[in-house]
Amino acid sequence: MKVQQISIFIENTSGRLAEVTRVLGEAGVNIRALSLADTSDFGVLRLIVDKNDLAREALARGGFTVTKTDVVAVEVPDQPLGLARILALLDRAGINVEYLYAFVERCGANAVIIFRFDNADEAIATLLANGLDVLPGERLYQM
Amino acid sequence: MIWNDDFETLPREALESLQLKRLQNTLQRVAATVPFYRDSFSQANIDIGTIRSLADLQRLPFTLKQDMRDNYPYGLFAVPLEQIVRIHASSGTTGKPTVVGYTRRDIDIWAELMARSFMAAGVHRGDVIHNAYGYGLFTGGLGAHYGAEKLGAAVIPMSGGNTKKQIMIMQDFGSTVLTCTPSYSLYLAEAAAEDGINIREFPLRVGIMGAEPWSESMRREIEEKLNIKAIDIYGLSEILGPGVAIECLDAQHGLHIWEDHFIPEIIDPDSGAVLPLGETGELVITTITKEGIPLIRYRTRDITRIIAEPCICGRTHRRLARMSGRSDDMLIIRGVNVFPSQIESVLMTIEGVEPHYQLIVDREDNLDTLEVQVEVNEQTFSDEIKVLQDLSRRIQKEIKDLLGITCRVRLVEPKSIARSEGKAKRVNDLRKR
Repeated sequence: MKVQQISIFIENTSGRLAEVTRVLGEAGVNIRALSLADTSDFGVLRLIVDKNDLAREALARGGFTVTKTDVVAVEVPDQPLGLARILALLDRAGINVEYLYAFVERCGANAVIIFRFDNADEAIATLLANGLDVLPGERLYQM
Repeated sequence: MIWNDDFETLPREALESLQLKRLQNTLQRVAATVPFYRDSFSQANIDIGTIRSLADLQRLPFTLKQDMRDNYPYGLFAVPLEQIVRIHASSGTTGKPTVVGYTRRDIDIWAELMARSFMAAGVHRGDVIHNAYGYGLFTGGLGAHYGAEKLGAAVIPMSGGNTKKQIMIMQDFGSTVLTCTPSYSLYLAEAAAEDGINIREFPLRVGIMGAEPWSESMRREIEEKLNIKAIDIYGLSEILGPGVAIECLDAQHGLHIWEDHFIPEIIDPDSGAVLPLGETGELVITTITKEGIPLIRYRTRDITRIIAEPCICGRTHRRLARMSGRSDDMLIIRGVNVFPSQIESVLMTIEGVEPHYQLIVDREDNLDTLEVQVEVNEQTFSDEIKVLQDLSRRIQKEIKDLLGITCRVRLVEPKSIARSEGKAKRVNDLRKR
C-alpha cells in the first residue's frame, strides 16, 4: 500500500525549479502532487507523478540528483477535522510523521494526504485498523 | 624491477660523493656562463671554489620563480641556443611563463628518469600507456611520452580533453597504464559510468598521477573506482618536468627523488634556513646534471619532508613525503594556514562524499570567510532536509576540528563544480579582486 514519491535536490538559484518542470513536461510526465521544502541554500522538491520510472530517468539524464521514497497516501473527507482525526490517532499510536502535504481531489469531496513516516508499514497497519482509506499507487498516480 | 641498478641502488656514500662532484661542476659552469649566477654569487660574496661539501650548498643564494621571469625568456640558459633542442614553458597564469630549454643530453636524461619512474611504478615493456597529460608547452605529455618509449612500452599520445574518445580508446586499445592528473582520472571514471561503461573491467593496472596535490584518501577513491594502483609522481617544469620523484609500487609510501641528478633540501619558507632531516618545510632543489638551464637551490614552493629511512624496494635514493600542498596554494584564512588538500582529506572521510569540491574565500566586514561547496550525489542525498543539514554540519564540524576555523558548507547540485581536464581548480579567492 506504499506509494512512490520522487525527491529532487535543487539549489536555491533562479530557474532550477523551472528546469525540473520543463524536463518532466518534455518527458510527458504529469505531476499529481508536490511539496517543496527549502533552506537558505537548497531545497528538496517532492513529487507524486503519474510515471515514476520515466520521471526518474528524465531527471537523472538532466543532471539532477533524484531519489525515490516510500510514502503513504490517505484519503479523507474534505471537511473540518478530517486531518485532525488522523493525526490524533497516529499520535495515540506513537507514530512519528516526518512530513506531510495534501491536495484536494478533482471532484472536491475528498482530500488526499501524503505522509512520510519513519516506519511506513507500521503506520499503514494502524491506519487500516482504524478504517481509513489508504490509497494504492495505481489509484493515486492516475487521479 | 629497477631500470638502472647501478645508479638507483648506489650506496649512500658513493651517491653523495657523486652528488658533490656533479654539484661542483654545475657551479663552475653556471658561474662561467650565466650572468645571473655570476652576479648572485659575487653579491653574496661567495667563491664557489670554497664549496667543498654538500653541507656547503646551504651557503648559496636561492633561485626564485621570479628570477626566471626577470630573465625571460632565455636569460638563465647556460648554453648557446644552438645546443638547445627543445623549449617548454609553464602555464604562466600569473604574468609571463617560465621558460626552460633542454639540450639533447637533457632530453636523454629526462627520458631515462621517466623510464626509471615508470619501472618503479611497475610498468614495463609490453604495457600500453594511455598518456592523457597535455602535449604542448606543458612538460607532462612529452615528458611521459619519451620515458615510455625509452622504457619500450607502447605509448598512446592522447593528450588532454575529449573524454568520451579517451574512454573509447582506453577500452578498445586495452590500455594497461593511465597517466593523467588524479582529478582527471576520477572524471574519466565518472564519465564512463554515465555512459554505462564499467571502467573497473578495463585491463588498466596502474595510474601514474601528478601535477596537482592530492590526498591519501583520494588515492583510495581512485584505486577503488578504476580498480588500479594509483602511483604519485612529482615534477615541475623548472627542474625537469615529470619524473623528478616517484613512489615505488613496493612501498607506495614517499616518492624517491633521483638524487644522482637532483639535490633536495627542506627549508623553513619564512627564514630560508635548512631544517633538520625529517622536518616538514619547503622543498628546494638543485639540478646537478642539467645543461640547458641548471638551477641552484630552486625554491619549489612545495611543502614536504625527506624520508631518510631505507626503502624496501632497494633503491637508496631518499623519499619525499606526499606533497601536502604548494605554499602558493596555501590560503591564510583568519590567520590560519589552510591547504586545499586538508579540506579534501576531511571530505573524503565522510561516507558517500566525492572529491568534487570548491573553496570560495571572501572577506566580509574585514573578516575572512570560507565557503566549502560540496556536490550532493545519490549516496548523500535524502528527501529529508534534516539529513542534508546533518551532512553540512558534520563537514563543518570536522573542518573546524582539524583547522580551527568555522566555514560555511554549501551543498550544490551534481556536476555544478567545473570538471578539469588538467589541474583541478579548487580555490576561488575573491579577496584578490
